[in-house]
Amino acid sequence: MRRTVLLPALVPLLLAGCVTINIYFPAAAAEKAAEKIIDEVWQLRPPVPAAPPGASQ
Amino acid sequence: MSRPVFPSSPASLRTLARAVLLGATLLAALPPAARAQGNLEISTPAVAAVRASMQARFAQLEPLLASGAVGLTQDGRIELRDANLVPLAQRAGAGNLVAAENADRVRLYREIAVANGHPEWEADIRNTFAQRWIDKARPGWWVRTAQGGWAQR
Repeated sequence: MRRTVLLPALVPLLLAGCVTINIYFPAAAAEKAAEKIIDEVWQLRPPVPAAPPGASQ
Repeated sequence: MSRPVFPSSPASLRTLARAVLLGATLLAALPPAARAQGNLEISTPAVAAVRASMQARFAQLEPLLASGAVGLTQDGRIELRDANLVPLAQRAGAGNLVAAENADRVRLYREIAVANGHPEWEADIRNTFAQRWIDKARPGWWVRTAQGGWAQR
């Protein structure tokens, strides 16, 4: 009897666990992405071949 | 005497199996980038276009940052902090440059969040970039302080 009560209570908890683990903001990955893009934009790193010069003029 | 922790009746087992299956389905439904730990997707055409646009603009923006006419804000944008440092003939151009750069930055943060299947990450991504832009600012550039004033690197 006790087990049949416990299981339905446990299942949503397990599912919630599955979802939250995968939805948190990946701060370290974001740092890495920011680092890469800023180095590129500020030309601290070889530029990506794109963007015709003077396009904004 | 200890009892087995896992349910042994066929009905409970079926429930458990169904729950596991549902969990696996939910995981599979998430975009791959959200599951792959360690890297954010930053190479979609939308993100690449903004990156290239910002990179092309930097040649014109750099002198403004170096002279102190333009500074970095705390929220991942740039700001015209002293128009008098820009030669009169270029002042209107400088304003347009700052506006265009800020529009690109807003697009960059949003497109990265979207590319990773989490539009709600936009603010977190903006904050991460804001900190990094400031950390990487070159000596002599101006940066908004948390108190709202300007400080030179």
